[in-house]
Amino acid sequence: MSVILKTDKLRVEFKSREFRQSPKVALSGLDLEVGTGEVFGFLGPNGAGKTTTINVLLGFVQPTSGAAALFGIDVRQPIARQRIGYLPEMTYYYKFLSAEELLRFYAKIFGLPRNETDKRIAQLLKLVELEHASKRQIKTYSKGMQQRVGLAQALINNPDLLVLDEPTSGLDPVGRMKVREIIQRLKNEGKTVFFASHELGEVETVCDRVAIISEGELKAIGRVSEIVAQHPSLEKAFLEVIGYKPQLA
Amino acid sequence: MRTIFALAGVVIKELYRRKDFYVLFILTIVICVIMASVNIFNDNQIVRYLKELCLLLIWISSLVIAITTTARQIPAEREQRTLLPLLAKPLTRTQLILGKFLGCWLACGLVLICFYVFFGALAASREHAWPLLSYFQAAILHWMALGVVIAMTLLGSLVFAAPSSNSTICFVLVATILCVGRYLDAVALTLGEPLRSVIYAFYYAIPHVEIPFEMRNLIVHDWPLIGWKFIGLDILYLLAYMAIFLVAACLVFRRKPVN
Repeated sequence: MSVILKTDKLRVEFKSREFRQSPKVALSGLDLEVGTGEVFGFLGPNGAGKTTTINVLLGFVQPTSGAAALFGIDVRQPIARQRIGYLPEMTYYYKFLSAEELLRFYAKIFGLPRNETDKRIAQLLKLVELEHASKRQIKTYSKGMQQRVGLAQALINNPDLLVLDEPTSGLDPVGRMKVREIIQRLKNEGKTVFFASHELGEVETVCDRVAIISEGELKAIGRVSEIVAQHPSLEKAFLEVIGYKPQLA
Repeated sequence: MRTIFALAGVVIKELYRRKDFYVLFILTIVICVIMASVNIFNDNQIVRYLKELCLLLIWISSLVIAITTTARQIPAEREQRTLLPLLAKPLTRTQLILGKFLGCWLACGLVLICFYVFFGALAASREHAWPLLSYFQAAILHWMALGVVIAMTLLGSLVFAAPSSNSTICFVLVATILCVGRYLDAVALTLGEPLRSVIYAFYYAIPHVEIPFEMRNLIVHDWPLIGWKFIGLDILYLLAYMAIFLVAACLVFRRKPVN
């Protein structure tokens, strides 16, 4: 199994806007390795550094020190993003385009040939069950439909690595189940999924390995079965690892 | 190049799916048609004034469309966070800037075609003549001048925080260049040093978009065509300014955080 996502002693500091305030450390010495075909869960409480890690991997944020690579290519090179798909936490798409137009636009950015694009768009709209609404502008879609458009755009280039930032946040149970099914399907196709989430039950169901970070530091990493074996549940393991102590006895 | 054209396509789609362009276009047409239907002071030469006013309206409308459309491009991408899924693709920030510029420029080109065809029809209804080459010279330089304004506004959208402040600054700057740009050297001559050098420096530094603006006279007064060599030189001059503003915009955008 080859490593396709790697971070090496990654450190990210954000300068404070306040006078004489020390910089905020968002990530500190983060070492991660994700291999081909893995579904990797990336867990942590709010403000732990999950989204910052994803932002570094996608080239949005420059690390203060350390390195990050996708497919062995430095993440600062745009070509490192050629084989990845990214689904952000919220739906951030051009609302004046229809789902089909949005997918066609992203396909052009990936340089897909026209006949392949048509085929791919038809497949994806079927996969996310949006064939009936493919010509409607995205602004008329429900939140669940917009999230499914997001998933379709993340898959337009048939990526080898899918980066999902809280893909089921705000979705109803049916929507969550659909996203879970799609992740399972991708896993069966041998795709790698890097998956940041708060939904521990979901992570337990779909992930092979998980990493838990807190306050920018890696607290635990390993197979889900190994972590769960030492604790009554993944939730208990998570709370213990991040050092949460219940206030009520 | 395909990426840049894809980005430009989205900008053009956005323009024709928004209502503000149609409002401005219809307003311009209504004003011009009303003016054309009135024979003010029973003056047969009134058609010249009509043409002048009509061309002035076309310039103002095209500047409004160019500046307001361009000023919101990058800030809207950042605010609505559509920049995130976009930059998660194999796309450089330079390509993004060029795509946005090309989109706004081509969109303004389409708007100009509509305006000039309408203007030509209106003028022909009164004068029964189609000086197509004069229209072409005026329109091509108009489009090039808009290219400079668009590139400048794009740079401004990366420097100033709000699209409204950027639009206002660009409007004031362009209006100042159109109104006083060509007189700056004459003003400098009347001044002592060091003010003279400062004004001269301004005169040579600003993009002289008032040259295309003055091409209106060619149509209004039925002057003979300008030599194509001079048109070509002016196009090169305006292209150089576009390149300067775009390089500056790319350099600024490279240092900007995405969110």
